[in-house]
Amino acid sequence: MENAIIELEGLTKFYGSLKAVDNLHLRINAGEVFGLLGPNGAGKTTTILMMLGLTEPSGGTARVCGFNATSDPISVKRKVGYMPDSVGFYDGMTAFENLSYIARLNGIPAHDVQHRVQETMELVGLGAAMHKKTGAYSRGMKQRLGLADVLIRQPEVIILDEPTLGIDPTGVKEFLHLIRQLSRQQGITVLLSSHHLHQVQQVCDRVGIFVGGKLLAEGDIHQLSQNLFSEESYLVTITVKDTLPDTTAREATLLQMEAVRKVTASGNTIEISCAENITPRLVRYFVEKGFDIMGVYQKEYGLEEIYQRYFDNNLTENVSHGKSSGLFQRSFFRKTAH
Amino acid sequence: MVYFKDLFSGRLRIKKAGDQSISDIPSRQRPFGVMVRKEVADHIRSWRFIVLLILIVLTFVGAMYVSISNLKAAVSNENDPDRLFLYLKLLTATDGSLPPFHIFMSFLGALLGISLGFDAINAERNNGTLIRLLAQPVYRDNLLLAKFLSALVIVAVLFLSLSLLMIGGGLIITGVRIEGAEFFRILAFVILTVLYVGFWLSLAILLSVKFRQATTSALTAIGIWLFFTIFYRIIVNMIVRSVFPDPNFMTQEDIVFYNNVILDLLRLAPSQLYTDATTTLLMPSVRSLGPLTMEQMAGAIPSPLSVRESILIVWPQVSGLLAATAVCFALAYFWFMRREIRT
Repeated sequence: MENAIIELEGLTKFYGSLKAVDNLHLRINAGEVFGLLGPNGAGKTTTILMMLGLTEPSGGTARVCGFNATSDPISVKRKVGYMPDSVGFYDGMTAFENLSYIARLNGIPAHDVQHRVQETMELVGLGAAMHKKTGAYSRGMKQRLGLADVLIRQPEVIILDEPTLGIDPTGVKEFLHLIRQLSRQQGITVLLSSHHLHQVQQVCDRVGIFVGGKLLAEGDIHQLSQNLFSEESYLVTITVKDTLPDTTAREATLLQMEAVRKVTASGNTIEISCAENITPRLVRYFVEKGFDIMGVYQKEYGLEEIYQRYFDNNLTENVSHGKSSGLFQRSFFRKTAH
Repeated sequence: MVYFKDLFSGRLRIKKAGDQSISDIPSRQRPFGVMVRKEVADHIRSWRFIVLLILIVLTFVGAMYVSISNLKAAVSNENDPDRLFLYLKLLTATDGSLPPFHIFMSFLGALLGISLGFDAINAERNNGTLIRLLAQPVYRDNLLLAKFLSALVIVAVLFLSLSLLMIGGGLIITGVRIEGAEFFRILAFVILTVLYVGFWLSLAILLSVKFRQATTSALTAIGIWLFFTIFYRIIVNMIVRSVFPDPNFMTQEDIVFYNNVILDLLRLAPSQLYTDATTTLLMPSVRSLGPLTMEQMAGAIPSPLSVRESILIVWPQVSGLLAATAVCFALAYFWFMRREIRT
């Protein structure tokens, strides 16, 4: 944590009485790919806007590359490339002109602009469509152009807000691959927000789960799954041929095995949650007892379960505090506000 | 599949070192210049501007045609002390079939300003380009200023070239040399017109910051314009008739006083300020914009004023227009600077 490039301290944002971001503390290190993960209306975009000085926080500070984003946004913007969730371009201009404009705004010398634009366009795979009007671009192409728009400035930090929105699956793969490669080769710090779990899982070094304006957990995927499912990281489902006789006794004997945490048997399937991967032992046990095993299914918790779990926990907490409606309302309002 | 070229990344790194020196230069003006250039190019290419250009050129040509055909009568009118200002006559002479050019401009100038500015900010916001633009290292106020200045540059070039065309055409047609005083009066007229358009432009930009939909801001701006050109005069007259005492029972002094009050009320409308000022500038014999008493008129020879004196007369009007422009712009600035930019 010695060279944090993004430091958020107690960042808070109110919209009227609505708390969009709630006392957020976050440090992102140089060269890291960080995924901000959360459902719609969790406050991801608001947080990003505060990092860029595009909106003022109600409390706390955001420091990016050592500059205060609220009081010195220009210095921050010199270092940070930001791609908004719905990128727009001047439809009457070609992609080339759009990009040259941005390049010139960033003080790239005039004689450099042309080949720099060309290189960047080719990098994102738009070399062929360079002189088309952006009005004729598809959503995915615009997204790529948005990335080119960020890259042409050679930023130290790239912030991508829902970057994979509207791109087809192969496109997403390429896109994420490119981002990862850039981060690795040039040490660029990447912050990407998304509600697509799998994509985040593919590229991010660390993930922060963000629900209702609060950062519920952060860490790499392994850490997160350990935090959450330390009790029951593995779930083994065993299906046997005949209906299990005497289920309660069976559960009791299984629970005596040291790693087993929870057993639920119903009909001819039995689900065993355990802290370690003891599938072979379990299979051996059932075979020894003379059961005919039809199938063994072993499940490891991925990001989806982690996410689901955090989200669910948060929901039930809210319900128990009698304010579940607030959460739903919030996400609903945000959607309409978009 | 896109491959990352090592060549490119190597160059990227080299340039990063080079960029440092570029950003070290106090380059505050540079992004601003880029923005103004882009905005000017956008305006010139837009259909909207072409339509407006055609409209104004047609008006100009029509007004010129009428004034040229009446030029002889206007110049030989012995009762008119301004008859020797040929080029000013070109701008103001009319036989009543068409209003002169400067009266036309009090309508068209407003329309020009509104149409160049009504979607300055909100169209960018709706297209999603605003947030992208403001994520670049540019100051927010530079964007507003660039929008304002680029439109103003275009308007200035347009009117300057129209006036120069008029002067050139007048030279060819009549063969009379232009006086220095006439030239300066025409120049002042152009500056005043640009200022007047600038007022409506800043009002339109203000509304484009305020309203999210371009149509709303356009309609509001046109509403304000209509109010000032049509309804304001009616409302003032209504108030005067119901509140002010009957002029038949007033002394001379009271009549002058109330007339001044009415004029001052009317001058709250920017188009009135503009018409007052241009009339004074283009008709050198106009010596006061309010009513004159007999004592003031006594001993005055109906002769044209010097350029300096005319400008002194219109100075309050000019500063009024400037102040209104500044207020609109400041308000737009105030609303825009701390606004959350979100698509």
